[in-house]
Amino acid sequence: MAADTLTAPPETSRARGLPGLEMLGFNRAQSIAFLLLLAFLVVGPFFLYPVFLMKLLCFALFACAFNLLIGYVGLLSFGHAMFFGMGGYLAAHAAKVWGFSPELAILTGGAMGAVLGLLSGWLAIRRQGIYFAMITLALAQMIYFLCLQMRFTGGEDGIQSVPRGRLFGLFDMSPDMSMYWLVAAIFLIGFLLINRVIHSPFGQVLTAIRENEPRAVSLGYKAENYKLLAFVLSATLAGVAGGTKALVFGIATLTDVYWAMSGEVVLMTLLGGLGTVFGPAVGAAVIVTMQNYLAEFGAWVTIIQGAIFVICVIAFRAGIVGEIARWLKVRL
Amino acid sequence: MPVLEDLLFQLELGLPQVVLGLVNGAFYALLSLGLAVIFGMLNVINFAHGAQFMMGAFVAWMLMAWGGIGYWPALVLSPLIVGAFGVVLEKTLISRLYKLDHLYGLLLTFGLALIIEGLFRNQFGSSGLPYAPPEALAGAPVDLGFMFLPKYRLWVVAAAVVMSLATWLVIEKTRLGAYLRAATENAALVQAFGVNVPRMVTLTYAAGVALAAFAGVLAAPIYSVNPQMGSSLIITVFAVVVIGGMGSILGSVLTGFGLGLVEGLTKVFYPEASSTVIFVIMAIVLLARPAGLFGRA
Repeated sequence: MAADTLTAPPETSRARGLPGLEMLGFNRAQSIAFLLLLAFLVVGPFFLYPVFLMKLLCFALFACAFNLLIGYVGLLSFGHAMFFGMGGYLAAHAAKVWGFSPELAILTGGAMGAVLGLLSGWLAIRRQGIYFAMITLALAQMIYFLCLQMRFTGGEDGIQSVPRGRLFGLFDMSPDMSMYWLVAAIFLIGFLLINRVIHSPFGQVLTAIRENEPRAVSLGYKAENYKLLAFVLSATLAGVAGGTKALVFGIATLTDVYWAMSGEVVLMTLLGGLGTVFGPAVGAAVIVTMQNYLAEFGAWVTIIQGAIFVICVIAFRAGIVGEIARWLKVRL
Repeated sequence: MPVLEDLLFQLELGLPQVVLGLVNGAFYALLSLGLAVIFGMLNVINFAHGAQFMMGAFVAWMLMAWGGIGYWPALVLSPLIVGAFGVVLEKTLISRLYKLDHLYGLLLTFGLALIIEGLFRNQFGSSGLPYAPPEALAGAPVDLGFMFLPKYRLWVVAAAVVMSLATWLVIEKTRLGAYLRAATENAALVQAFGVNVPRMVTLTYAAGVALAAFAGVLAAPIYSVNPQMGSSLIITVFAVVVIGGMGSILGSVLTGFGLGLVEGLTKVFYPEASSTVIFVIMAIVLLARPAGLFGRA
C-alpha cells in the first residue's frame, strides 16, 4: 500500500463559533471563501476584461469537474479533453447549424460529455490506477483522431463564427457583459452541484471507495456503479464547460480535444489542490492568467507548465489552497 | 470466389504497407519494452519515454551536425548519453516518489516530458531536421521477390528484434536479470541479501531510457527529427501496453510488432481507420480480457 495516498485531505480542526455562517453544506471557512468568490464574480467584470474572466470561469468549471473524479473518487483521468473538446464541438454545431439558443446549445455539449463519459467510463473503470490513466488518455487520443477526420468538426479549421444567439430566444448574448452573467451563472450552478454531490450520501460512498475500495465493496456497495456515475457526472460538467467556452469565443477547435488540454486540467487541479473545494478554481485562475501573459513566449509556456508539475509533485502536493488550509488549520 | 481474389489482389498491392507496418511495430515493441522494464522495477509509468525517444534522435543529429560523428557510433553513444540523463533524473527527482501513490510518478514524468519537449522546441523550432541514413544502408532497395523494401527499414526491424531478444535474455537468463526479477517481487528481501537495490533501480531506469533513445536513433532517418516526434507516439504505445499487459517482456514485444502489422493491414483495407485501429483493439481487449493479452490480473 502506498504510504501517502494521492489525495490525503488536509488535517482538519473545524473552526468553532459564529454559527449561522455555515451554509450549503460548507463549513465556516468555506462559507467565507464562497462569499469572497461570489463577490469576485459580481465585481470582477468591472475591473477585468470580461472575455478573459469568461475563459477563466470555463476552465475553472472544467477543473472542478475533473477534481470530482481525482479528489473524491481517486481516479486520475488523463483524457478529460475529450469531454471538454467534444462538448465544445457539439455546442458549436448546435448553435450554428441547428440554430439552438445558447442554453440549449450548452446543454447539448453537456449531453455529449455524458454519452462519451458513459462509453469511455464503462471501458476505463475495468482497470485501476495507472492503467486507468493510460486508458483514458488513449481513448481521448482516439477521439482526437476522429475529430481530425469527421466532417462536422471542420478538421484543422474547426467550427468557426459560432453565434452566441439569444438566451431563451429573448436576450441577445452578443454583448460580452450579457454573456458574462450567463457564464458566471453556469459556473456557479456547476460548482454548487459538485459541492452538493460531494456532501450527499452518494459522495460519502465515493470517498469510502477512494479510501478503501475492498472494504466499501464488502459493505455491499457496487463500487463500479458509483465510479461510473461519478465519471459520467464529471464528463457531463466538462462537456458543459467546453460548450460554454465554444460559445464565448465563437469557435471550437482541435486544441480543446488534444492531449495537452487533458494535461492542463490535471495541472490546474494539482496546483490548486487535489480534493479541495476551491483549489481547482484557484489553479485554473493561475494557469489561465499565466498563459495570458506569457502567450508571446511560445514554448516557454510549456516549459513553465512542466516545471510547475515537477515542483507540485516533489514539494507542494497539497497545492495552493491545500497549503493555505493547512496553514489556517481549516478545510477549504 | 471473386471477392477473395479481389481481397488477395488488394493485399498484394498493399503488401509494402504491411511491411512498413512492421517498422512501426518495431518502435512500438522497443518503446513498450522499455516502459515495461521501468514499470516492473520502479512502479512508475515513464511518461517522459516519448521525450527520451525524441532526445535519442536529437542527440544522434547533434553528434552528426556538431561533431561529425556518424550513425553507427551514434547508435551506441546516443543511448549512453540519454541513459546518463536518465540516471540524473532518477537520482534527483523520481527516487523521491517511491513511497507515494504511483500516480505521482506519472504526473512527475509528464511534467518532465513537457519541459524537455519545450526546451527542444525553443532551441530547434517545430519543423523537422533531416538525418541521412548511413551509407551502407542507403543504397538500392532490397528485392524481396514480391516487393522492393528500402534497406534501412529492413535494418530497423532486424535491429529491433535483436535488441528485444537481447533484453529478454538479460532479464530471463542472466544472474543480473535474476536479481532484477527477485527485486521486482520483493525489494526489501533482496536488499537484505546484500544486493544494492537502489543502484539497481537507477540502472534499470537508465536502461529503459536508453532503449527509448536507441529507438529514437533508429527512427531519425525515417521520420524527420523534430521535438514532437515522441509525444503522439507514446500515447499509442500506452494503448499497446494496455493491450499487451506489462507482465511479460516477450508479450510486450509480440504485441508491439503485432499491432504494427494490424495497423499496416488497416492502411490497406480501410485507410480511414488506420489512426484509430489500435485504440479500438484496446477497447475490445478491455472488454474481453481486462488484464491484457499477456497480463497477470
